[in-house]
Amino acid sequence: MSEIVTYLTFFVLAAFLGYSVITKIPATLHTPLMSGSNAITGITLVGAVVVAGSGSTTLATALGFVAVVMATINVVGGYLVSHFMLSDFHGGGD
Amino acid sequence: MVEVFSDTVLSTVYLVAAILFIQGLRDMTHPRTAVRGNFTSAAGMFVAVAATIVWFEILQPWVMIAGLVVGTAIGVGLSVTVKMTEMPQLVGLFNGLGGGASALVAGAEVLQLGSTNGGVLPVDVGVAAAASGIVGAVTFTGSMVAAGKLHGLITGSAIRYNGEHVVKLAFLLVAMLSGLHMVVHPNLLGNSLQGAWIPSYWVLIVAASALGVLLVIPIGGADMPVVIALLNAYSGLAAAGTGFVLGNSALIIAGTLVGAAGMILTVIMCESMNRSLSNVLFGGFGQEAASTEEMDEIYEGNITETSPEEVEMLLDTAGRVVIVPGYGMAVAQAQHAVAELAELLDENGVDVEFGIHPVAGRMPGHMNVLLAEADVPYDMMKELEVINPTFSQTDVVIVTGSNDVVNPLANTDDSSPISGMPVLNVGEAGTVVVNKRSLSPGFSGIPNPLFAEDNCLMLFGDGQEMMQECVSQYKETH
Repeated sequence: MSEIVTYLTFFVLAAFLGYSVITKIPATLHTPLMSGSNAITGITLVGAVVVAGSGSTTLATALGFVAVVMATINVVGGYLVSHFMLSDFHGGGD
Repeated sequence: MVEVFSDTVLSTVYLVAAILFIQGLRDMTHPRTAVRGNFTSAAGMFVAVAATIVWFEILQPWVMIAGLVVGTAIGVGLSVTVKMTEMPQLVGLFNGLGGGASALVAGAEVLQLGSTNGGVLPVDVGVAAAASGIVGAVTFTGSMVAAGKLHGLITGSAIRYNGEHVVKLAFLLVAMLSGLHMVVHPNLLGNSLQGAWIPSYWVLIVAASALGVLLVIPIGGADMPVVIALLNAYSGLAAAGTGFVLGNSALIIAGTLVGAAGMILTVIMCESMNRSLSNVLFGGFGQEAASTEEMDEIYEGNITETSPEEVEMLLDTAGRVVIVPGYGMAVAQAQHAVAELAELLDENGVDVEFGIHPVAGRMPGHMNVLLAEADVPYDMMKELEVINPTFSQTDVVIVTGSNDVVNPLANTDDSSPISGMPVLNVGEAGTVVVNKRSLSPGFSGIPNPLFAEDNCLMLFGDGQEMMQECVSQYKETH
């Protein structure tokens, strides 16, 4: 039970932290923010590689493989398109 | 899951990854540091994934490696070939894949617990898995429909039918009851069957997938910025839910950060249209198009047409020019011509800026990335609150491909569907040039009295052609 409370603590603190950081991001950068934060959701890849590599049942392995492919597209694609967009922004003092 | 080393070390690495994600987001607050922020965030991801691979004993390394290779190839392929105008559907697609992956990982973990733990599924894990499964599956299919609409594979207009809310509610109930069944009776169908399939979880996935389609199908194209932002929030929450299933702090923190980002953007988009979220999701915007009589009454005899030559003469004497881009500019691929015109004006000492409405385009900030791609300097792009007070000191406003966001009815007509929506008050400027193909109404389906104003000139024609002609006219005389 204490474990779930710890995780809930992470959840609530991360929500407040996320709110205070993200409200400071200007509207101009909202699209790159979206694709960048989108890439962060690919963190589920951490779970996917474990499931795919666990070899516990064939079905779990198959599901894990599909999950790894999907999450990797999300991570790699998300960071790449964010990079392409952000490197287009000129005149910000760079 | 067999752990090779102690959990403490892995948890510490996840903490480092979380710090890198947060620092990466903090760097996104300015374009000067944003590129670095993206790298910082990507480094966090690399650390988290690499540590996971090293720390867990991988019994099927080839399956995992094959998945990583295939995913990387597809991700790189899509990213390098995408056009900036197609960015919203690509981001939507990626978003959906992240949500779908979370639902699958949660399912696979439930399945493993079912086969290894004597079929016992702890209540908290079951609840988290059900939540992650529903949100993840809705995100997956909802994003696919949104991407399909944005890409023109599915009609962009709202598809509505009688009793649609009842149907949606029914699917939501089936999904939730399946989740409840999984938590309360994980063994009802016997250990072996349950261990192999966990049928209730897959019923839940099917129902939630159908729900995702049903939720997005009735939403029209103009509401896409809200939908894309909301689905972004969902994909984060699905990842956080999967974090609860796996007992993984990295997933919880990272997923929640994304959930917060998506929610904030959703709220900003709703405020920019002065509409509630439920109104966007269930309201059906722009259902009734304006009648011809209604439009004739406003437009008849009051429309002044203009030409690129005349626009050039106006620009010649202007001291301050504001350009207002909209989705039509993106469709016509006119951003490069518009950027060139702005550059020419700037070189000739004209004070030139872009006024960008928050919901112009198909995702939050869409116009800004299009203009950035066309080399418009960041400092020239101004938000609604900044640009609005300057219109009265502006000589010429060029509106290209935007309609509802410059409609004065939002301020004057309480019965209008866009009543109360913050708009760009371009009519306060000396002269307004509106580039549009015809007088057809925008997504709201209502006429725009701005077009009939004395200081408004209509430049009918394709955005790209007209802007390029303005550029060549301007070049000839300067």
